[in-house]
Amino acid sequence: MSGFPILSLMILLPIAAAAICLFLSDQGARWVALATTALLFVLGILLWVNYEIGGPQWQFVENAPIFGRFAWALGIDGIALMLIMLSVFLMPICVLASWDAIEKRVPEYMAAFLMMESFMIGVFAAQDLFLFYIFFEAGLIPMYLIIGIWGGVERIKASYKFFLYTLLGSVLMLVAMMYMVATAGTTDIPTLMQFNFDPAVQNWLWLAFFASFAVKMPMWPVHTWLPDAHVQAPTAGSVILAGVLLKMGGYGFVRFSLPMFPDASATLVWVVFGLSMVAIVYTSLVALVQQDMKKLIAYSSVAHMGFVTIGLFTFNRQGIEGGLIVMLAHGLVSAALFLCVGVIYDRLHTREIDRYGGLSNNMPYYALFFMFFTMASVGLPGTANFVGEFLALVGAYNANSWVAAVATTGIILGAAYMLWLYRRVAFGESKNADAAAMPDLNAREWVMLAPIAAATLWMGIYPESFIAPMRADVGSLLARVADSTPASDAQLQMGKPKAAAHGEAH
Amino acid sequence: MFDTASLLLTAPELILSIGATALMLVAAFAGDKATRFVSAAAVALLALAGLSLTGVAGSGGTAFNGLYSADAFGAFAKVLIYLAASVAILIAPRWFEREDRLRAEYPVLILFSAVGMGMMVSATNLLSLYVGLELQSLAAYVLASFMRRDSRSAEAGLKYFVLGALASGILLYGISLLYGFSGTTEYAGVAKALGDGVNLGELFGIVFLLSGIAFKVSAVPFHMWTPDVYEGAPTPVTAFFASAPKVAAIAMLVRVSVSGMGTATHDWQQIIIFMSLASIVLGAAGAIGQTNIKRLLAYSSINNVGFALVGLAAGTEAGVAAIMSYMAIYVVMTLGSFLCVLQMRDQTGAPVETIASLSGLSQTNKGLAAAFAIFMFSLAGIPPLFGFWAKFLVFEAAVKAGLFPLAAIGIAASVIGAFYYLKIIKTMYFDEPETRYARGDSLLEKALIATSAAFIVLGYGLIPALGSASAAAAKALF
Repeated sequence: MSGFPILSLMILLPIAAAAICLFLSDQGARWVALATTALLFVLGILLWVNYEIGGPQWQFVENAPIFGRFAWALGIDGIALMLIMLSVFLMPICVLASWDAIEKRVPEYMAAFLMMESFMIGVFAAQDLFLFYIFFEAGLIPMYLIIGIWGGVERIKASYKFFLYTLLGSVLMLVAMMYMVATAGTTDIPTLMQFNFDPAVQNWLWLAFFASFAVKMPMWPVHTWLPDAHVQAPTAGSVILAGVLLKMGGYGFVRFSLPMFPDASATLVWVVFGLSMVAIVYTSLVALVQQDMKKLIAYSSVAHMGFVTIGLFTFNRQGIEGGLIVMLAHGLVSAALFLCVGVIYDRLHTREIDRYGGLSNNMPYYALFFMFFTMASVGLPGTANFVGEFLALVGAYNANSWVAAVATTGIILGAAYMLWLYRRVAFGESKNADAAAMPDLNAREWVMLAPIAAATLWMGIYPESFIAPMRADVGSLLARVADSTPASDAQLQMGKPKAAAHGEAH
Repeated sequence: MFDTASLLLTAPELILSIGATALMLVAAFAGDKATRFVSAAAVALLALAGLSLTGVAGSGGTAFNGLYSADAFGAFAKVLIYLAASVAILIAPRWFEREDRLRAEYPVLILFSAVGMGMMVSATNLLSLYVGLELQSLAAYVLASFMRRDSRSAEAGLKYFVLGALASGILLYGISLLYGFSGTTEYAGVAKALGDGVNLGELFGIVFLLSGIAFKVSAVPFHMWTPDVYEGAPTPVTAFFASAPKVAAIAMLVRVSVSGMGTATHDWQQIIIFMSLASIVLGAAGAIGQTNIKRLLAYSSINNVGFALVGLAAGTEAGVAAIMSYMAIYVVMTLGSFLCVLQMRDQTGAPVETIASLSGLSQTNKGLAAAFAIFMFSLAGIPPLFGFWAKFLVFEAAVKAGLFPLAAIGIAASVIGAFYYLKIIKTMYFDEPETRYARGDSLLEKALIATSAAFIVLGYGLIPALGSASAAAAKALF
């Protein structure tokens, strides 16, 4: 595979397909989109198979300085590989989820999704600071259109909120990037990751990047765009938003904040911990009282992202690997939960929890899948979330036991709101005749949900497949931040052996 | 007797003024029957003038004992000006044909205006600056009220004239102060006089000079005329006002600031910073409530001038290069937007200007909506469209010059601007269709829209070329 520009292909192919889609009929656009996303998934598998674990840190590197001031520089490490895999895995499922649900302006819809896919891959593959920024921001355009055109009743407000919130966060990052490039004299991300910025400036740069990633993540208190966007977006839009777009924030922390500003990360770690703790507890409580299924899952996403941020800023291996696994696991599980909501929304056109009930009677397979993903979201051992959350909490305990204690309550609260949701939707009497008459999953929905369930189990039972490519990268990140790691509050002291007891002489 | 070398250096102005005078005679004798010929000839003259820039007129140096400079900076600006002027001539006939035929004076006035703008960007003496500015403005006043029977057009022309005359007065007063205290009107001489410390008289001169020019570039707080004039003037003329004179005035401002007052940067830098931030914020905030698309684009142009001035505030060579790139990209975006506005006409062919009438355009006319959306996203500065690169360059220059607060506030305020650009996209894409426009039948306008949209989408490939051209332009000033 060496020398073949597979990353460029993966970025440009969906753009070309998007352009073609615009000129096709509804059905033609659906098939082109499905074929393209499936092909990209195959390319993604090729990428994974050919990725050399333990090889050079940056693989599939391409560099074409065609823009003068910055370069078309691509390349991935294990972390980027996993996130690209997540994107290309979810995209065909999104297209399937939109197959019947989207009836109007299908060619434009599919084109927007394909553009989205291209920009997502670009974000994770970019090795040039400004190229990264361009992809990072460009994703706003298709998502704005997806929410605004095909969204629910309040879609316009949600689309504005999504766009302006994210934009405001990002532009400050751009100023910081300009400063970094002016100081370091390069736009190359791997070089910048080793560049030592003046510690006094680092704090400002860190805060500028934080503004962007915290909004994208989203962290409390700048999370308010997320519930709106999720509720109003069409199902597939929510899937991509929860599955991949939120991960860009976490990816940004690992790729930029930690390695480029290690001192600032250590100084300001309390900001991250504090906001994450609030997020975990507060948004879990908010999730408990939601009447709208999508809103409930959206708030649960904010809480789960709290585990990610805590894990990433623990400065130890368990925590960072845990945070990364939570990102992947949440990408699968929350995507699946939104699909589950979409399945019944397509039948009854409401997301209100009270309108359902007793679905396990008439939709047993659906109830099974929903149960499985509910358990996964709660963090049942054997599912992906357990691995990630456990590691993240172990890491957090090593860094700060208070943080670990508060964060762990989130697991309990998570169980509370998810199980209660499940009980209200799937168990009990069938209160509403129309809900009781809904047919079970059809073949298309099986094809959507089964692969995600399989992947969740795989990641839960044998996480090594997913951790292995990232292990070396976490190692180099740890080496980079080693000098500035903040002291842990677990002050272990070697105990003294007890003095010999008196009776020993006997 | 004749200073042949100087005449050669001013070739573009000579071509245009002799040609325009001849065409005026044609127009006077042949009447409106000759409009097509005069328009075609005018575009040809602009092309010829542009071609002449490849010779000595684009890099030759000073002419007429320091009144005029033919350098890469002027050439860069002139290419943009001639391009925008040509487009303004090409798009006019279809717009005016609804009332009566386009009168033959229109292309001639644009040509005279182009001569004035050429003088503005090449002037290296405060007096040649003033003469160029007046030539441009006088043509512009007439153009603004070109639809004699339309009261809004007449009002626009009158307003523009009265306020423009006031600004000219302020400008002249500033020039007289600078002349009085430095003893010369040449940029180099003024710079030398300012170099040994700025006294109160010179400071007043600088302030009045900048205020007068701020009126011409419609920077806040001298922007009030812009929305009214843009709304009232015929749309092709508005497109012209928003593009060519903007480039000329900004380039003139840059040249007079850098070569005329470069030795007193600290004294005018804060004025520019204030105008820049005020224009960004007010241009953005003022646009939010607008319901007329031309008024909205007027505020957009105020907003954009603010961003361009960020580059000047940096006061560096990189900053000047950034402004020139900015103006190049801005001209394409603006002309593209106005070309889209020109397509907004109801079934009877009457022009429609309300933003509400755009609703659902993406369902009734996909191509037009897509192009308009591209221009709006680009003006909002969202990558991967080319408008982002323009903003990127000016802010990068400001960051490199150490102006962090300016960069941070300016770029954060660009989010306010994004709001109203998004409003147009929302109207076109999210709302249900109400009115249907008449199908555009002008192949030329469609081709122009497609070309500018393609430039905005694929522009990144041109960065090396644009970068080296604007760098050469900036180098000519330092």
